[in-house]
Amino acid sequence: MSAIKLTIDGQEIEVAPGTTILEAARQLGIDIPTFCEDPELPPNGACRICVVEVEKARALVASCVAPVGPDMVVHTESERVINARKNNLSLMLANHPLDCITCEKTGECKLQDYCYRYGVASTEFFGAVKDLPYDDTNAFFLRDMNKCILCGICVGKCQQVVGAGAIDFTKRGFGTNVSPGFEDPIEESSCVFCGMCIDNCPVGALIPKYVTGKGRPWQTESVPSVCPYCSLGCNINLHIKDNEVIGVSPDQESPVNRGHLCVQGKFGWDFVHSRDRVTAPLVRSNGVFVEVSWEEALDYIIDNIKDIQSRYGADALMGLGSPKSSNEDSYLFQKLIRSLGTNNVDSYTRHCHVSAVDGMMDAFGNAATTNTIDEVAATDAILVIGANPAESHPILDYRVREAAQKGAKLVVAVPEMIGLVDVSTAYLPLEAGTELALLNGMANVIISEGLHDQDFVDKRTEGFEELKKAVEKYTPEHVAGITGLEAEAVRSAARAYASAEKAVIVSDAGVREETGGAAFVRALTNLALLTGNVGKESTGVYLPYGENNLQGMADMGVLPNVITGYQHLQDQKVRDKFSKSWGVEISETPGMTAAEAFEGRKNSSIKAMYIMGENPVACGGDRLKVAENLENLDFLVVQDIFMTETASLADVVLPASAFAEKLGTYTNVERRVQLSQTALEPPGEVFPDWAVLVELAEWFGFEWDYTGPEEIFDEIASLTPEYSGISYYRLAEQGLQWPCPDEDHPGTRFLHEDSFSRGKGLFAAVDYKPEALPASSEHAAVCCATGYHGCQCLSETLSKRSVISAFKKGCCV
Amino acid sequence: MYEKHIMICGATGCLSSGSNQIAEALKEELEKQGIKDKYRLVMGGCPGFCEVGPIIVIYPDEVFYCRLKTKDMAELVEQHLIGGEIVERLLYKGPDVEAPARFYDTIPFYSKQKFNVLRNSGIIDPESIDEYIMRGGYRALKRALQMDPQAICDEVKDAGLRGRGGAGFPTGLKWGFTNKAPGDKKYIVCNADEGDPGAFMDRSILEGDPHAILEGMLIAGRACGADEGYIYCRAEYPLAIRRLKTAIQQAEEYGLLGTNILDSGFNFKMNIKEGAGAFVCGEETALLASIEGKRGMPRPRPPFPAQVGVFGKPTTINNVETLANIPLIVREGGAEEFKKVGTEGSKGTKVFALAGKVRNTGLVEGPMGITIEEIIFDVGGGIQGGREFKAVQAGGPSGGCIPQDLINLPIDYDSLTKAGAIMGSGGLVVMDDRTCMVDLAKYFLSFTQKESCGKCTPCREGTKRMLEILERISEGEGIPEDLDTLDSLAHSIKDSSLCGLGQTCPNPVLTTIRYFRHEYEEHINENYCRSGICKPLFQYVIDQENCNGCRACVRVCPVDAIEGEKKEPHEIDQELCTRCGSCIEKCRFDCIMITRVGSEADVGN
Repeated sequence: MSAIKLTIDGQEIEVAPGTTILEAARQLGIDIPTFCEDPELPPNGACRICVVEVEKARALVASCVAPVGPDMVVHTESERVINARKNNLSLMLANHPLDCITCEKTGECKLQDYCYRYGVASTEFFGAVKDLPYDDTNAFFLRDMNKCILCGICVGKCQQVVGAGAIDFTKRGFGTNVSPGFEDPIEESSCVFCGMCIDNCPVGALIPKYVTGKGRPWQTESVPSVCPYCSLGCNINLHIKDNEVIGVSPDQESPVNRGHLCVQGKFGWDFVHSRDRVTAPLVRSNGVFVEVSWEEALDYIIDNIKDIQSRYGADALMGLGSPKSSNEDSYLFQKLIRSLGTNNVDSYTRHCHVSAVDGMMDAFGNAATTNTIDEVAATDAILVIGANPAESHPILDYRVREAAQKGAKLVVAVPEMIGLVDVSTAYLPLEAGTELALLNGMANVIISEGLHDQDFVDKRTEGFEELKKAVEKYTPEHVAGITGLEAEAVRSAARAYASAEKAVIVSDAGVREETGGAAFVRALTNLALLTGNVGKESTGVYLPYGENNLQGMADMGVLPNVITGYQHLQDQKVRDKFSKSWGVEISETPGMTAAEAFEGRKNSSIKAMYIMGENPVACGGDRLKVAENLENLDFLVVQDIFMTETASLADVVLPASAFAEKLGTYTNVERRVQLSQTALEPPGEVFPDWAVLVELAEWFGFEWDYTGPEEIFDEIASLTPEYSGISYYRLAEQGLQWPCPDEDHPGTRFLHEDSFSRGKGLFAAVDYKPEALPASSEHAAVCCATGYHGCQCLSETLSKRSVISAFKKGCCV
Repeated sequence: MYEKHIMICGATGCLSSGSNQIAEALKEELEKQGIKDKYRLVMGGCPGFCEVGPIIVIYPDEVFYCRLKTKDMAELVEQHLIGGEIVERLLYKGPDVEAPARFYDTIPFYSKQKFNVLRNSGIIDPESIDEYIMRGGYRALKRALQMDPQAICDEVKDAGLRGRGGAGFPTGLKWGFTNKAPGDKKYIVCNADEGDPGAFMDRSILEGDPHAILEGMLIAGRACGADEGYIYCRAEYPLAIRRLKTAIQQAEEYGLLGTNILDSGFNFKMNIKEGAGAFVCGEETALLASIEGKRGMPRPRPPFPAQVGVFGKPTTINNVETLANIPLIVREGGAEEFKKVGTEGSKGTKVFALAGKVRNTGLVEGPMGITIEEIIFDVGGGIQGGREFKAVQAGGPSGGCIPQDLINLPIDYDSLTKAGAIMGSGGLVVMDDRTCMVDLAKYFLSFTQKESCGKCTPCREGTKRMLEILERISEGEGIPEDLDTLDSLAHSIKDSSLCGLGQTCPNPVLTTIRYFRHEYEEHINENYCRSGICKPLFQYVIDQENCNGCRACVRVCPVDAIEGEKKEPHEIDQELCTRCGSCIEKCRFDCIMITRVGSEADVGN
């Protein structure tokens, strides 16, 4: 359709049909006030502050919802418009507490701003005013509905974006209110405390509790950061005043979270200021920890490590890195351990994701989630299986929901009713632990009904015949018997997924190997390969991790068998490259995995361990065995921000810096490398971890002369092909998704476009084995089906020291 | 075969004046006489003349009995049914007729009426599809099924039918939009959420002639390419809903609803959705939201329902009365016939609910262009008690007040809009000199203010403030600036509200200010309510010269505020008087006067 020409305030403009007058005016740089308009919500047109005068129109027109028309002549600030706006503001003021002096919103209140703009100093109306009780029941925010101007954005976000449906309009006319059902306190509602109502409230009706009395918006500095919780890596801004975080807001422009957050990102950062922080080096002396100087601590560490190294050899040493550490810290950590002559470097938390990693690696040749989170919103069909993203990765849940609202078919196959069922096209409440049978059944239907993409199968995969044979017996009827579903449900789920042009599988990386995790992941990849739903936009397999930098930690080579960018240690060229760069010999011998070090090896050869930012003792699994192994060590160094269960077993505890206290990069689940700025000075004797590692290396006699994280990153980029086009300079603008081979490369939104990392995609014949699966849902093949219960990474190290522990139990980090 | 059909009005007005009891008594009497099988008793639709209810019409004799009591039934049975003689005592009598009038043609109330929409109401059994068909029903549908859908739209457009829900949008044009809108699934929605206070025309049509609505919707469905319909009827109309359900069942049995209707390949499914009582759900987009199970709140247009309607599909929404006109227009030659009635811009008839201080209240169907005078004086029989006509509120709470000076105003869409009122659903509330215009505005505004959905600021907050100002004025606390504030606020609300409710609800205030500004000024500047309605702003004073001391007022005064010896002029103790108005109602000698508070007549007290 051809462009529409119109005139706004005397300026001519051409815009696409369907553009609203407001959008057209914005293109011209004309600022029309709005309260209720939100680009991601359906047209609302409630507040009427954006009214404009359109020549020949009978009444004023709400510019936020009115589409442009040919030859329209619009006046955005005519006398009639200004009168209407003034009356509107005056009406709002008449029913709004004028306590701006103490209101937390002062300075960023739209009502205040517009009253200022139109010179509405007071109201000409007097009479009844709202007199509603405050809702102060929850740990997170205060609801003062007397200030609400009923723009409805909070309702829209809660219902449309989040799907929590905690609030809606109640009553009508002058008595209209926004509240949970039956005007119950918000705490008793289905609120998930994502805080998006707060972030979008134009006035001071919703105020986070932490901010009260702490500072005015103009007194705070806003520092870009990355959320330290799950692997989606939402972009946030930390609001800093007097070296204290007093609030968080989502980055509205972020390609990851698009202004969205969940409870962890919005409220979970307060652990940074916890009283439990370790603020000085501690050395165990006669069974108790004594504060010592950094020199004393480092001296003590060097003496002990060198002693063990000389007595038992370098392979008696082991380092455990952390999926919470930045890329730079992880890189230096493995560099230090490897420089000491061993490849014994790993992470314990990685192990609850190892099945997912192996499964994806075997099928595609790359363990990473294949596509970008945001692509989910634009797909045509989604299979959610063995996961409840609302619990584990809320932003991903929002994208699934968005796709469903746009008309995508959504098949939800989980044992228990989850929120996404509300917007699903099919709900398959299968028996816990029978996911693999269902997936095989779907493959059976896809093949037998010829729904698979033969061309893709022929050109880009191998092992099809084996798969075909293996799934032959998984007829819908057979699968129905296993899963407790109707055979027809299996068929229609398969058809929904396979017949869509673009389809996505959403699960969770938290699958447990002892219950067939890797087979489950292979079954997922089978479906994607069968239907050609990988290597294209808005397709793929999503297996998000629980921790913010698990991807980056692995990328950085905190793994016993590979070095950065998964370069194999067996490769002489790789070893040479690193030896040359680092100035040390790199051992060829693969290191020991954390699992090997901890599980079932009482007489482990490991004598000294350096654990940075990890808390294996608290990480589910066999806690006693882990603790026993640690106690049996000759020497244990733990570097952490808290005196964790693991740290309390250490000989030396080094204080670590929290995410807000250091500059660094983190790589999220979509391989997006993101820069997080320093927002705070660390407390006490705390230094950024990279600085501690550099200091340690120097005490060991290595010549490390980094002046900051940027130099470290440049070294990573120079040694890691996937990262080679990435630099702090580029990241300052926006995150970049690896592979990013050169400085002009825009990053890679999705993997496997022309070929798989391993060449061809590999099908796997995976059999469902009922005996491997205890009936209890607690031990389901996919532990995350019910929100990480049973997951091994439930350390709660951060979350239990945050206000979010009031709401979110069983958090990974 | 029955000897006679006895049509007992079973509509709202007559039911409330006791037609059910009349029917019972009649049945008993017939049984007693052992002749009940000879007569067909029908609780029929509304013949319109509610003022004189309960009403019975006996066919084929065409005798109209009114103001009936149960005790009259024996006489009616004996004298008329058995004896074959009309009971003259029970015929219509009034100042407008010389002798008792026997049928429609001789009763002045009906003289200027023209029955299109109410053509079957009160004449057929609303629960019999056969009677509807015998009166020509479903013939238009049959014809429509042989026509090209666009041709139907054109024919309705050509007839000049405009939406009877209030805004008067050309119906054929609206159908054409839905017809042209892309999509496989389309809907027809009948807006039967009649909510204006005092309005009951849609109710009467639904209760009296439900098949006309079904037929109208079927034709609309054919014309728009829709195969499913919703009748959104307020739950407060249980009889209408029951009759609609009966009608739907009958139509299905006759193959007039369902699949392959009359072998034409046309399918149509009919649903009834009961409204839960929100006035705003009469607004089409709020109505659609309500059908979808959402909170009944309007949404911005465009997109119009013809593009994005119920469940996101193209939808035509027509009012009950609009749909009732359709079978008349679409039948052979109907459009030509239809066009003959009405004015240049408004064709056909309009049903009005005539209420207030008029003598003949009831349901009136008149040709478009009928003047206010004709309706009030010819049909309505003038003002009750011979008092002075002051104004008429046209179009319900969204409408406006039309003063006595405009008595010759023809009632059509354009003239009413010009006068500051609207056609609305067709409510006409007649006011005499005892009606206070501030109070009137306050009444209608308090209704719309309560019924505002609360979504948009001007309507939610603005109507409240307007109401508060009116309340202050009627309590004697008005200030001179109030009129300007009201005027500016009213215009802002009209100008910037989201939906029709907000855009029209200031009309009663604006028109009363426009035509009766002096009354407002009297309230504000002189603390005086000349109509004796706003209690703090007047007092009752007994005319000492004319009072003959009959003590009638003394006896009715509930607070013993009136003193005086028999045959001596009485006096009212202003301290005690609560201005309840009992005395002024009671006084047969017009000696009780409404005066300013503390005026000279009060000096002696």
